[in-house]
Amino acid sequence: MACFTVTVVEAIATTIATKAVEKRERKLQKKENAETGASVGISAEHKIPFSRKLKWLNRMLWGGSALLAFEHLWHGEIVPYFPFLTAASNPEDAAEMLREMGTVGVSMALLVTLVWLGIVGVTALMEKKAAKEDKSETEEPVK
Amino acid sequence: MTLLITLFAAIISTVVWYKNAPKSEMQTGILCWIYWGATLMWTVDAVFEYAELGSAFFEPEPAAVLNDTLLGLAAVALGLLIWLIVLLIRDPKGNLRAALFKKKKE
Repeated sequence: MACFTVTVVEAIATTIATKAVEKRERKLQKKENAETGASVGISAEHKIPFSRKLKWLNRMLWGGSALLAFEHLWHGEIVPYFPFLTAASNPEDAAEMLREMGTVGVSMALLVTLVWLGIVGVTALMEKKAAKEDKSETEEPVK
Repeated sequence: MTLLITLFAAIISTVVWYKNAPKSEMQTGILCWIYWGATLMWTVDAVFEYAELGSAFFEPEPAAVLNDTLLGLAAVALGLLIWLIVLLIRDPKGNLRAALFKKKKE
């Protein structure tokens, strides 16, 4: 009925968070560059910025919500006039809609976030491995 | 059917992205995220529907299958449309800018 609205709300929140994180990262990078005199931070070589990782979540949430909203439009659950959701026009349907948002909608948001956390976990391991490999390559071989 | 079609779209777009990685001139990564996001959300929808309908979930009416197939195809088309708009706005290869600039010069 309106389960996608939960993921839309999460997408809005994560988009705002991404902007804030991006701003902080740029500040930190500038500071690091000023201290080391390098144009690119050494730590940045094997590290994916957190803002980039957050963008993955944003894209999944916005993209999924857009297609789900289209599905609701297809089924006539969204209308181009107030209150936009047909279920919101009477109290009985509105209660059902809220129940669905609390169950299906929240589960959708949770699953997408959990999958994203899994991706972030795997990439963190890959970052560590790449940094380790690079370190062992630069070290002198033991004779 | 909608879930299945979107899942196939997600897999195909991921294969295309992987084939071209690390280059991202065509921004196929965006397409992957869109389809995977929708696939995950429709998976939850399917689980709840299965919990409600039981085995009847796997025996849909032919008319419902047709409607779901059309919806799945339309959703894939919408995903492609979103990707195309993002691609043209970002214009990573600069082709659009070059074409517009050329047109202006003429």
